Amino acid sequence: MKFTWFHLMPYRYLPDGFKDKYRSVWVDIPRDLYDPRIGHRLYNDYLDQLELADRLGFDGLGVNEHHQNGYGLMPSPNIMAAAISRRTRNAALVVLGNSIALYNPPIRVAEEFAMLDVISGGRLVAGFPVGTSMDVNFCYGEVPATIREKYYEAHDLILRSWKEPDVFAFNGKYTKLRYVNLWPKPLQQPHPPIWIPGGGSVETWDFCADHGHQYSFLSYFGYKAGKKVADGYWNVMAKKGKELNPYSLGFAQVIAVANTDKEAEELYAPHMDYFYNRCLHVYNGFADAPGYRTPSTIRAGIVAQVGKEASLRREGLTWKDFVNEGYIIAGSPKTVRERLTEAMKSLNCGHLMMLQQIGSMPPELVRAGMELFAREVMPHMRGLWPNFQDKWSPNPLPEPERAMPAPIDLRRIETNGKTTHAASPAAHESRSAK
Amino acid sequence: MKTTHQIRDGKFSVETWEFGSGEPLLYLHGAGGLTGFDPFLEELGKDFRVIAPHLPGYGESTGGELIEDVVDAALFYHQLMDELGIPSAHIVGHSMGGMLAAETAALDIHRAKKLVLVGSAGFWIDEHPIPDFFALDLSELGGYLFHDPTSPIAQLFMAIPDDQEQLVEMYVERTRRLAMASKFLWPIPDRGLKKRAHRIAAPTLLLWGESDRLIPPVYAGEFAKRIKTTSTEMLKAAGHLPMYEQPEAFIKAVRNYLKG
Repeated sequence: MKFTWFHLMPYRYLPDGFKDKYRSVWVDIPRDLYDPRIGHRLYNDYLDQLELADRLGFDGLGVNEHHQNGYGLMPSPNIMAAAISRRTRNAALVVLGNSIALYNPPIRVAEEFAMLDVISGGRLVAGFPVGTSMDVNFCYGEVPATIREKYYEAHDLILRSWKEPDVFAFNGKYTKLRYVNLWPKPLQQPHPPIWIPGGGSVETWDFCADHGHQYSFLSYFGYKAGKKVADGYWNVMAKKGKELNPYSLGFAQVIAVANTDKEAEELYAPHMDYFYNRCLHVYNGFADAPGYRTPSTIRAGIVAQVGKEASLRREGLTWKDFVNEGYIIAGSPKTVRERLTEAMKSLNCGHLMMLQQIGSMPPELVRAGMELFAREVMPHMRGLWPNFQDKWSPNPLPEPERAMPAPIDLRRIETNGKTTHAASPAAHESRSAK
Repeated sequence: MKTTHQIRDGKFSVETWEFGSGEPLLYLHGAGGLTGFDPFLEELGKDFRVIAPHLPGYGESTGGELIEDVVDAALFYHQLMDELGIPSAHIVGHSMGGMLAAETAALDIHRAKKLVLVGSAGFWIDEHPIPDFFALDLSELGGYLFHDPTSPIAQLFMAIPDDQEQLVEMYVERTRRLAMASKFLWPIPDRGLKKRAHRIAAPTLLLWGESDRLIPPVYAGEFAKRIKTTSTEMLKAAGHLPMYEQPEAFIKAVRNYLKG
């Protein structure tokens, strides 16, 4: 079993009553709610957390792309992956991923991913999402009717640019290039493992099965509701005669671990409320531009991740409901071990994308949860899938061949003639305080 | 009555609604499509040979994947006219259909005898942004489409079926239509008509509902500035759908202009 420690990088200071005062956390959220001085602290807290996850032995560090929102502040996840690449050693950099239909030409993504792979010594996982409708249609203006076709073309171009030994010309419908010649090329050959994050579009199952990509189902309805989608994916894989290897499925799950079940509720309940009622408060009209989801996905009855129907499902749910219905896995290490094992087995899932910082959670709480999980849960679940080989994790250079960044002591860097102590306890405290 | 035409050797199968005889009148519907209950077409059929095609991707018309932009759409209408044996016609276009009618008339100036643009899309004025109707649900949309959103006809437009299966099918159909429309209108309904509108040779009526809150009457002025020969008429107590909200006044205005 593999564990990717996933960050959304939310804005932690959306005001009380946000849901009533504003129509959406995404697309047209008022700009004056964002304070870059707070943002400075948040980014640095969050990067610290990702770096800590590497030291605690998590297998992957997850980042992703979203635009114009208070839910996740990574318009460019590649910048985040670059920032942590030199202060982490072992964990995969799971960039999940770049919305490849948005970039002209899409080889920009092939280039940046190759750079990350080379810098990190071959630790990159390349994720190619279509992107949410809010991101790609409403924020970046892509025509809903053609976004999927454009996405498939970008995917083919990027893969060719990684695989082909020689310069080639590409005459696509959306991209035309006379010379495609990728410098640098990725360290992992022919290319890094590819994971396709999806919100439940039925077409994505065929796409992953046909290309041998890993399918990562990202949902906030939790593992019980996620079973419908996982089963849909495995049915497609079985029909196509593919191996039902748990490592070819990733699943995102919110996890709240504390010393006891009761303590988990006390510590985490307010932050869950913040997450579901502020971070996921998306105006219904932005959830699903006409043409973004195909008729087959709509007919399959798969509810969009956000918007009116998603909110109605969560309306009035208490902490107990969230736990019982599997939206979150929460409690003592023993409870979390049991529920998580049950969840991974029921989904046949080998790659967990775990969310331990969500909503307004402060750094102390996040750190405590991470340490507890790494000590009391993770080791017990390692051997969940003894009969399967993970073919979707990176294959980095052997440790002795990997470059070691020159050591520097940031505390001793002088600015304007005076020594600053950026990493001193006092500075750290002020970073997380509002 | 409903008819089907095979165009370009069946690449397009086109569902049309046809009424009456006389001078041909091509009616191009808006982003919402024809409703299946469009009495104004039959009424216009008393004076004209009315042909109202469903744009490919709408209704039972197929071949939507072959139309990717306004030029494809205009050339499709040229082809349709050729194959129906009407090299030129009066063209009445509503909203998105107005935009496509104007393009059809600009790209071949011999196609339109007279042009009627009703609450037409095609331009963008920074000072008067058009509401993002793609993001509005049916109940919100009513306020933009009708002079009186509480009227029976408005309520009929906004009605949502109770039956879950019907609801899903309605949603799928609406999605299919608007996805097609997004090729011309997303995210800003401006595809360069301003470079071509000067070519339009047909006398043009700019017909607007006085309370059009979706494409406000100020846009009629934008067409008047750019098309050679225009007259403008504002319909009282009508919003973006005057042919449904004030059918008599709408029919009278169209008939008088085309007959005059």
